Amino acid sequence: MWDYLKLIGLGLMAILAAIAANYAHDLAYQVNAVTVMLAAGISFLFVLRTAGDPRPNLQHEYFDGVVRAGAIATAFWGVVGFLVGVVIATQLAFPQLNFEWAQGYLNFGRLRPLHTSAVIFAFGGNALIMSSFYIVQRTSAARLFGGSLGWFVFWGWQLVIVLAATGYVLGATQGKEYAEPVWYVDILITVVWVAFLVAFMGTLFKRKEPHIYVANWFLLAMILTVAMLHLVNNAAIPVSIFGSAQVQLYAGVQDAMVQWWYGHNAVGFFLTAGFLGMMYYFVPKQAERPVYSYKLSIIHFWALIFLYIWAGPHHLHYTALPDWASTLGMVFSVILWMPSWGGMINGLMTLSGAWDKLRTDPIIRMMVVSIGFYGMSTFEGPMMSIKAVNSLSHYTDWTIGHVHSGALGWNGMITFGVLYYLVPRLWNRERLYSLKLVSWHFWLATIGIVLYASSMWVTGIMEGLMWREVDANGFLVNAFADTVAAKFPMYVVRALGGGLFLTGALIMCYNLWMTVRAQPQRVTQHAAVPAE
Amino acid sequence: MCAKPIKKEPKQVETTGHNWDGIEELNNPMPRWWVWTFYATIVWGIGYSVAYPAWPLITGATPGLIGSSTRADVAAEIARVDAGNAEIKAKLVAADLNGIGADPDLAAYAERAGAAVFRTNCSTCHGSGAAGFEGKGYPNLLDDDWLWGGTMEDIHLTITHGIRNTTDPDARYSEMPKFGVDELLEEAQIGQVTEYVLAMSGQDHDAALAAEGAVVFVDNCSGCHMEDGAGDPTQGARR
Repeated sequence: MWDYLKLIGLGLMAILAAIAANYAHDLAYQVNAVTVMLAAGISFLFVLRTAGDPRPNLQHEYFDGVVRAGAIATAFWGVVGFLVGVVIATQLAFPQLNFEWAQGYLNFGRLRPLHTSAVIFAFGGNALIMSSFYIVQRTSAARLFGGSLGWFVFWGWQLVIVLAATGYVLGATQGKEYAEPVWYVDILITVVWVAFLVAFMGTLFKRKEPHIYVANWFLLAMILTVAMLHLVNNAAIPVSIFGSAQVQLYAGVQDAMVQWWYGHNAVGFFLTAGFLGMMYYFVPKQAERPVYSYKLSIIHFWALIFLYIWAGPHHLHYTALPDWASTLGMVFSVILWMPSWGGMINGLMTLSGAWDKLRTDPIIRMMVVSIGFYGMSTFEGPMMSIKAVNSLSHYTDWTIGHVHSGALGWNGMITFGVLYYLVPRLWNRERLYSLKLVSWHFWLATIGIVLYASSMWVTGIMEGLMWREVDANGFLVNAFADTVAAKFPMYVVRALGGGLFLTGALIMCYNLWMTVRAQPQRVTQHAAVPAE
Repeated sequence: MCAKPIKKEPKQVETTGHNWDGIEELNNPMPRWWVWTFYATIVWGIGYSVAYPAWPLITGATPGLIGSSTRADVAAEIARVDAGNAEIKAKLVAADLNGIGADPDLAAYAERAGAAVFRTNCSTCHGSGAAGFEGKGYPNLLDDDWLWGGTMEDIHLTITHGIRNTTDPDARYSEMPKFGVDELLEEAQIGQVTEYVLAMSGQDHDAALAAEGAVVFVDNCSGCHMEDGAGDPTQGARR
């Protein structure tokens, strides 16, 4: 019965998308509608093949197929996102690479949101969805709730990524940083995200453990808060049901404030809380040590989620934003310093008694460095939110460097560690193909991040000082073009750092591929069977 | 953990007794330095938000005890610079365009001010070094070649009204006719005059064609570019 309802739904969706493609006002909408039509059509065929077949009862084993798919998607989108990043970094150093023939499609302005969305939502999003499905099943000792709902979340998310990415290149955008997807993609995101919440919460509800593990607090906070942020920030009215344009519900400084309330908490809940959830499961597992302090995890969790939500105004210091909002944003950001560091302390101290593993286990090394970068960027963030510092750092490359020491160092490195942990277990392999290649990846990525962050500190502080330099009569000393010219060498270093990071990721993909292909099967079934 | 924490090796601290998929939690107390730094930032935060505008009320926000306002700060800083420059600025406004150079103080001030104006408004097209971008039609301002005249008055006129814009009736305008497209000249004549122009500027050319081109030039081009090809800055005709 359920299968036939699904067939009707998918069939209708394919037909409606075909009609929409026909009436489309713009190219991006048309391409997106055709994509939806194909996706619905292919899903229709897949459901049709098995419609009405009896389903085996799988309640006694974990739903790991979707986690395997998520691991592949994470690695794939990671490489895509890093590659686009290297391309746009090179375009900034050598503007000639904004080719005349690619204007309006592949110039910097079109590729930049492609890069940010690919790394945050495609790479980071898949990493979060995959690891929350893995973690919540293990720590609840229960199969993922909702039958094939997990598959809907996975494929729905991939569709969101493809629609958003093709839309950006063809010019469909809301023009809001990290919230560029247009109205119909926003609706799809909402549907997929609610399905994610249902699958996650449902699993927690049927858990066989008496308590909910700390990793799940963070993941649930991430899912709930991102849902709220997404709904509020994307409130808009479509110009036409057959077009990709929309009008924002807010205007002026209110719009800016809502946007940065969203933007900062995309960092706070997507890239911090969600990834702390990953850390709280995978670091103790890989180190085989208990979590350092239960009490610390409670206090820093509640402090973090209470404080983060107020910190957004620090993105709008010295703008049309009223002083009071600016002050509060700064105060909450500074108070956020210790709650952020609570996660770092708990992560690092979990290794006490196992520090020797740093020498022998490159995966632990990766996780430790990621926690280190987390600590560094959560110190740098509150510092940069201080108005006096911000007046120098704002709008400069320093901000870009800060974001990347967090994104590459913390989110990237912890995700690599998680992939190295998960792939042998998910595919039931005895060990990774090569620990030596993990070491290579570790060093390439670490050196890449150091080059990236330090070059951006140099250009950021330099251009900040050049912008504010005035002569005795109060006249500006430098033209904007002077600062651009002065930054050239550092832009080359930055692109080089990004290239090293990308190379490391490619080595990881090879290593994981060979692990699945060439390593012997593990003899004992380790990963199955939730406790009854 | 309620009891006074005793510093122990992590292994000796008890766990909470929970176990998830093999993960246990130790009952370590929160590090003291962490707790105290956290308290310190909270105390600072309260103090700061009392001192500065912070808490939103119904019709406004608390102004803060020290009366800080970023808008007032900016206004004060602009006023300070304006006051410092007021005297020399008045002198500059009163001065005759060609008389500025005679007063070294005034000249130095005008140069600095002009440089800032140039960096903000002109460098986008003409380059921050003023060397222009010939390929895109943004002239070089460093050479002695002045398309619309290089005297003080000419430059002043050019900057005031711009060139070839349709919104200012005083803007100077010029356009070279489309000799080929509009069939004012035959294909062969264009070839000839091209050779003649090459000859005038001392480049490699075909002498026979250039001789014929000379006639074409006098008949068609010299009206603007002058017979010797020196150009006419009053109408922006190039050398």
